[in-house]
Amino acid sequence: MIGLTHFLFVSCILFFIGIYGFLTRRNMITMLMSIELILNSVNINFIAFNKFLYADKLDGLFFTIFIITIAAAEAAVAIAIIINLYRNSHSIDVEEADIMKF
Amino acid sequence: MLSTSLIALIPLLPVFSFILIALVGRKYFPSYCGVLGTISLLISFILAVTVAYDYFFLVGKVGDTFQQIIALKFTWLQFSPNVAIDMAILLDPISVMMIVIVTLVSLMVHFYSLGYMKGEERYATYYSFLGLFTFSMLGLVLSSNIFQIYIFWELVGVSSYLLIGFYFDRPSAVAAAQKAFIITRFADLGFLVGILILSYYSGTLDFQTLIMRLTTPTDQLHNITTASFLGMSALMWGLVLVFIGGAGKSAMFPLHVWLPDAMEGPTPVSALIHAATMVVAGVFLVARLFPVYAISCPPALEVVAWVGIVSSFLAATIACTQTDIKRVLAYSTMSQIGYMMFALGVSSYGGENGLGYMASMFHLFTHAMFKALLFLGAGSVIHYVHSNEMKDMGGLRKLMPITHITFLVACLAIAGIPPFAGFFSKEEILQAAFQSNKPIFIIAIITAAITAFYMFRLYFNIFWNKDFHAHSTDGHDAHHGEGPGTMLIPLIILGLLSIGAGFIPFGKLVTSDGKWLPTEFHPTFSIAPVLLAAGGIFLAMTFYKKQSPAPQRFADGIKGIYTTAYHKFYIDEIYLFITKKIIFNLVGRPAAWFDRNIVDGTMNLLATITGKISFLIRKLQSGKLQQYTAYFFAGVIAFVVVFVYWWT
Repeated sequence: MIGLTHFLFVSCILFFIGIYGFLTRRNMITMLMSIELILNSVNINFIAFNKFLYADKLDGLFFTIFIITIAAAEAAVAIAIIINLYRNSHSIDVEEADIMKF
Repeated sequence: MLSTSLIALIPLLPVFSFILIALVGRKYFPSYCGVLGTISLLISFILAVTVAYDYFFLVGKVGDTFQQIIALKFTWLQFSPNVAIDMAILLDPISVMMIVIVTLVSLMVHFYSLGYMKGEERYATYYSFLGLFTFSMLGLVLSSNIFQIYIFWELVGVSSYLLIGFYFDRPSAVAAAQKAFIITRFADLGFLVGILILSYYSGTLDFQTLIMRLTTPTDQLHNITTASFLGMSALMWGLVLVFIGGAGKSAMFPLHVWLPDAMEGPTPVSALIHAATMVVAGVFLVARLFPVYAISCPPALEVVAWVGIVSSFLAATIACTQTDIKRVLAYSTMSQIGYMMFALGVSSYGGENGLGYMASMFHLFTHAMFKALLFLGAGSVIHYVHSNEMKDMGGLRKLMPITHITFLVACLAIAGIPPFAGFFSKEEILQAAFQSNKPIFIIAIITAAITAFYMFRLYFNIFWNKDFHAHSTDGHDAHHGEGPGTMLIPLIILGLLSIGAGFIPFGKLVTSDGKWLPTEFHPTFSIAPVLLAAGGIFLAMTFYKKQSPAPQRFADGIKGIYTTAYHKFYIDEIYLFITKKIIFNLVGRPAAWFDRNIVDGTMNLLATITGKISFLIRKLQSGKLQQYTAYFFAGVIAFVVVFVYWWT
């Protein structure tokens, strides 16, 4: 029987993989993907809690849909920024995107 | 009765001419501005005379008392249901008298300036300023509430500043304008505080209500007399502070120092502002609040009386020693205003005892005529001689006969020789002083003699003494005579008025309570002052009719007194000492030190500390995204640990 704990365990692993990727990778695209992982771990949490604790309600589902929508929008904006950065400096290394730094 | 819109035109016409000249005329038709200003003033004058006739003979009197009429009223600022500032026109005997004086003298000055200021570079500007000044003064005398009078009071101050500093390329004129403005502003501070005290306790700004509440036994009167500060009641404080404002404008001791310097302005302006109209604003103010002074607070009136007599005497002695003819006239103005002040001061309200009030207003009226005449005459002389100094003059009687005759008339009038105008008003003043205050009477009568002496010293020095020699240096010649007719006609008109104005039965028109005050003429009483005045004239004649060493010997004989008076009793020096040495050193410098070191120091210290700290922690702001994320994540973990394990 797969219970709430299993879901939480998966989501936790997913979350820390995301954090690890975000902190270690220098490639912006990879960092963006890591963010998606973090968001999805949150989604799993919502769905799992909704199903196991409040089975007759849909709040967790709504939150998940919102998060997916926002993640899509965020990915679109972020990729647009990255493309522009690439056009300007021919690099998508996060360390090198420092032209705004004082 | 004239319709209210026509009455409102009296002050509004000059301001229209000011706006028109300043905005359009100065640029497009500068040489017609003088005529424009003069015509608008002429209409104003005609309207003022009509209003005066209507008021005094047709509608003003109800029963046997002159009423106060509110001719026009609208609310200007409504602060709350109880507190509002109105703009209104108040007609009563003194305001009606004042509009006639102001428009008359202003008209004469406008007309005279057509000749005097001709060819002046800023001719049009001059006329626009005259319009502004006339408007302010008319607004001041017609004000129906104490706040309105304050607004116009300041406007008068501004326009006098502009006119004194008219020749702004002369440093002395600029200094004089600033001096006049600063001293009167300083006095106006007292006025403002006085207004606040009086209106706070009486709960109104309106003159009629204020006077009514503060002269009859009401709660307001009770409160204002029982509230006390430094041993004086609030009423006394209020009235004395208001009087300080009046003393500043009227050049009373010790705030008189600006008046002689104000002679830097064009001479017709001196005639208008510093002789006939603006300087009597202080007298007018005291007269306006006279019932409050006289009925509720006689000690304040005592202050007025003594300040008046001291100024009068001091100015008369200084006038004897000055050599600049306009300065002599300035000090004589101060002396005569002092006369009006102490006449108010010795008076009381109503009936027989209101003689001083009536005499003061009468003297204000006659003084306006002959002092304007004196200044305009002096203007003609200066126009001709191109100098203000007595030593450059002399023997002008044959060269300028009309100026000579009119100047003589004015001198006789101010000296109080019958039947000229000054005699009658001065006589009433002396009688009033005699009835109620003997010491003041004695000083006043001595001052009258000195007045006669210095006026005739002036007269003989200008028109007799030595023969006139035109300056050969500046190519000026003696043949252009008296100046154009525009300058002579005002002299003649004012000369006739100086002769005739004394016969106006003032007791029937302007009295403290609006009732008829029968004045009797006491020939026996008049003997002493007239003889003293004649003695002064005689002394001046022996000294100055021909060049003689006598005046110099006399001056040497009383050297100490003479030098002191010549230096105007060192009052200017005392002011300089107080401001430069005491205030600058004891207040100014410590304040500047405090500002530079303590105030600035605190701010600098704060800035330094902030700078130091930010320098220390600047490494945190690396600009590396992943570093930030790591901090953030560490923070979140820390919170989780705290909330999960310790916070329970």
